[in-house]
Amino acid sequence: MINIGLGHYLTLGAIIFTIGIVGIFLNRKNIIVVLMSIELILLAVNINLVSFSIYLNDLTGQVFTLFILTVAAAEAAIGLAIIVVYYRNSGTIRVEEIDKLKG
Amino acid sequence: MAHAIFFYIFSTIAIISAIMVTASKNTVHSVFFLILDFISISCLFIMIGAEFLGMIMLIVYVGAVAVLFLFVVMMLNVAQQKNQWFLSSQSSGHIPFGLIISIVIFFELIIVIGGWKYKPDLFYKVNSQLNENISNTHSLGQILYTDYIHVFQISGMILLVAMIGAIVLTFRQRDGVKKQSYIKQISRERSEGVQVVDVKTNKGVSLDD
Repeated sequence: MINIGLGHYLTLGAIIFTIGIVGIFLNRKNIIVVLMSIELILLAVNINLVSFSIYLNDLTGQVFTLFILTVAAAEAAIGLAIIVVYYRNSGTIRVEEIDKLKG
Repeated sequence: MAHAIFFYIFSTIAIISAIMVTASKNTVHSVFFLILDFISISCLFIMIGAEFLGMIMLIVYVGAVAVLFLFVVMMLNVAQQKNQWFLSSQSSGHIPFGLIISIVIFFELIIVIGGWKYKPDLFYKVNSQLNENISNTHSLGQILYTDYIHVFQISGMILLVAMIGAIVLTFRQRDGVKKQSYIKQISRERSEGVQVVDVKTNKGVSLDD
């Protein structure tokens, strides 16, 4: 418990990843919260990459964390733009009412 | 000892705020808890020695992404639409499946971590790239602009495509807005701009438009 190792950081990443997945599965009202859950999942991946990079003494993980950061920012911008356009067209962004594809 | 105390403080804050992101009823509160989550995780990054990434996470996530979320929440006026988890009747069938799948995913991740912990020679340590004398930022820059230069430029292209895509998606041509058209202005000829009218006495003129 006192000696913090790689396992602690990986467990933290696993917990945050699972919270993000629960947020995607169980959210029924607001699609912006789904996007925030995706950000949480990418954050958990970043935690794993950085902790492996530190404990294995290899900088590649941190470089890829930078690229994941870039992709996360681009994804947030595009996703929010799509949400704005959808809200403008249909007047709602509740997850239950977005059923045009009848899936 | 201090490392352990700080790790537990920051990770507890991170987990609680991650739960609150998905569970809080107000969307604005969700964004605030997302900011708190990013800040505590970046504190953890700084603590274990990845200080450049911690600072970049603060700048990118808190400074750009979270503000973008807040802006969209403000613009769409959905802050008052309550975000409920378990209260919907037609979607309550999804909840047990979602919980079961999430728990299975969590235990799979824990099993992977345990496998790494009890067989640590699965990976070999690479000692070549990390020099102790130079800082984290310096060493990242040394490999980012040499070994990973193509990936770096491709990520720049991704940002450009995202920017253009967001502009194209949200651009809207409104009807009824009077705009100045330089081409129309400077391409007017004398024949269509000036009309010489011979005014008869006591008749007046009637203009076309």
